Amino acid sequence: MHAVLLAATIPLFMGALLSDIAYARSEQIQWSNFASWLIVGGIVFCGCTLLWAVVEMFHKDRRVGQAIMYVGLLLATFVIGFVNALIHAKDAWAVMPEGLIVSIIVAALAISATWIGFSSLRAGVTK
Amino acid sequence: MKRIGLFSATALAFLLHGCGSPPDSEQYGPTPDLPNQERGLLPNMKIADPTGWGSDRPTVPQGYTIGAIATDLKVPRQTLVLPNGDILIAEGKGGNDAPKLRPKDIIAGYIKAKGTTSVKGGDRLTLLRDANGDGVYEGRSVFAENLNAPYGLALVNGALYVANQDSLVRFSYRDGQIRASGPPNKVTDLPSAINHHWTKSLAASPDGRFLYVGIGSNSNITERGMAAEVDRAMVWQIDVQTGAHKPFATGLRNPTALAVQPGLGQLWAVANERDELGPNLVSDYLTSVREGGFYGWPYSYWGKNVDTRARPQRPDLVATAIRPDYALGSHVAALGVSFSSPAMGSKFSEGVFVGEHGSWNRSVPVGYKVVFIPFRGGRPTGAPIDFATGFVGADGKTRGRPVGVTVDPRGALIIADDLSNTIWRVTPSGQPPAGPSR
Repeated sequence: MHAVLLAATIPLFMGALLSDIAYARSEQIQWSNFASWLIVGGIVFCGCTLLWAVVEMFHKDRRVGQAIMYVGLLLATFVIGFVNALIHAKDAWAVMPEGLIVSIIVAALAISATWIGFSSLRAGVTK
Repeated sequence: MKRIGLFSATALAFLLHGCGSPPDSEQYGPTPDLPNQERGLLPNMKIADPTGWGSDRPTVPQGYTIGAIATDLKVPRQTLVLPNGDILIAEGKGGNDAPKLRPKDIIAGYIKAKGTTSVKGGDRLTLLRDANGDGVYEGRSVFAENLNAPYGLALVNGALYVANQDSLVRFSYRDGQIRASGPPNKVTDLPSAINHHWTKSLAASPDGRFLYVGIGSNSNITERGMAAEVDRAMVWQIDVQTGAHKPFATGLRNPTALAVQPGLGQLWAVANERDELGPNLVSDYLTSVREGGFYGWPYSYWGKNVDTRARPQRPDLVATAIRPDYALGSHVAALGVSFSSPAMGSKFSEGVFVGEHGSWNRSVPVGYKVVFIPFRGGRPTGAPIDFATGFVGADGKTRGRPVGVTVDPRGALIIADDLSNTIWRVTPSGQPPAGPSR
């Protein structure tokens, strides 16, 4: 279940980034609407994953350094993702260019968190 | 193309760096201060916190009296004084079909609804009558029902025109009538898809040949896309006989009230300008409306100040943008305008009254009052004078929100209040005072 939540985060934030790119290129507002909803979806899944990860951090005797890094990356994804949602609440082209830049950062953070997360989840299973 | 790119980059730099609120600046008159654009991560908001009037009433200048002539209405917006002195009130609440496209639309809609009445719009016209002229409107009847968020009203050559949120309709009217003799005839459909700014304001040309309908934009600043703005943010001229229409003036973001200047026959409008550029941008305005004129929205504001949020940009249109005549202040939400007459007393004899519904996206509220803009030589001049205040009490709670204002040529100002669902009447004190509430 933890893996399902974690895995959902990347496509949502990545989708938001792609939508932002499409808006920046086409100036068609619908892409910006898509990005707004994808970011909300990303925040929801990222937030649930974060809660799960925090709980697990205290329950499993995993390598502490990796666990802290994982939770830290999730937290950063969540917080900056939320800021990105606020940026995307601006009207029309006011979203640009900050929205696109922050979407790149959030997508990169989500990928890093998932990477670290899955390697530590696997470590947890094979323990 | 490159020059445009450079220009928008500069404007974006303003957006990014324009943080921190400047002190409140000169916000009214023909040349208001235009601070840099600013918008933080969260927009400034201060939603009205409604409460009842109790025994209070709005404050009016010395020598004037105010009283409620009708209460318990169903969201009164605009009023019309008929030739025999009866008052017609348009009651309704429109714009419910605007789809929520973004997470923001849902959240903002919920928050803003807190500052308005919970009463359901009446979709009707109520008629008030003061038979003996003592200032007490003892007669009250429902003139017409089953309308669709009626707003603008006009009486032309024995016909009563009502601007619903989706159509312009006509009732025949005889002097003294208290109820419409039948359902109305449709003159023409009005643009109503989405209907973000749903109010349709109305005025008639002096010769009665044309009606003017103010149609608001479908967004703050094109965030619903350009296609949603076809036939929006403009004033239509409609031929009374045929129902044929043409755009009379464009680029007025939300022309919420129209009035024709007595004697000169010039069309004037109050319009609400765009949000999310800061607490002191962009000023709502009062302006004469020039045929064929373009007033900026969405590409620019207050003349040729470019708004980079509208894409694709149109420098060709910005070059033609007309600067409005008189700034009323940012976010005051002017919703009513009416030319005064000598019967209102010498200090208020020449000029317009403006009803200001009040701000929501500004940390220090503005508006929530009726002001008088003095005219000299047919043009607005000097500072606005408060005419009815006290809609926000000392406790910070909001008792009422003015919408339509109408001058009764017998010497009274009729104010529609859509929060307390009341009609107020202000008279010079020599006149018969309005009776006590209810």
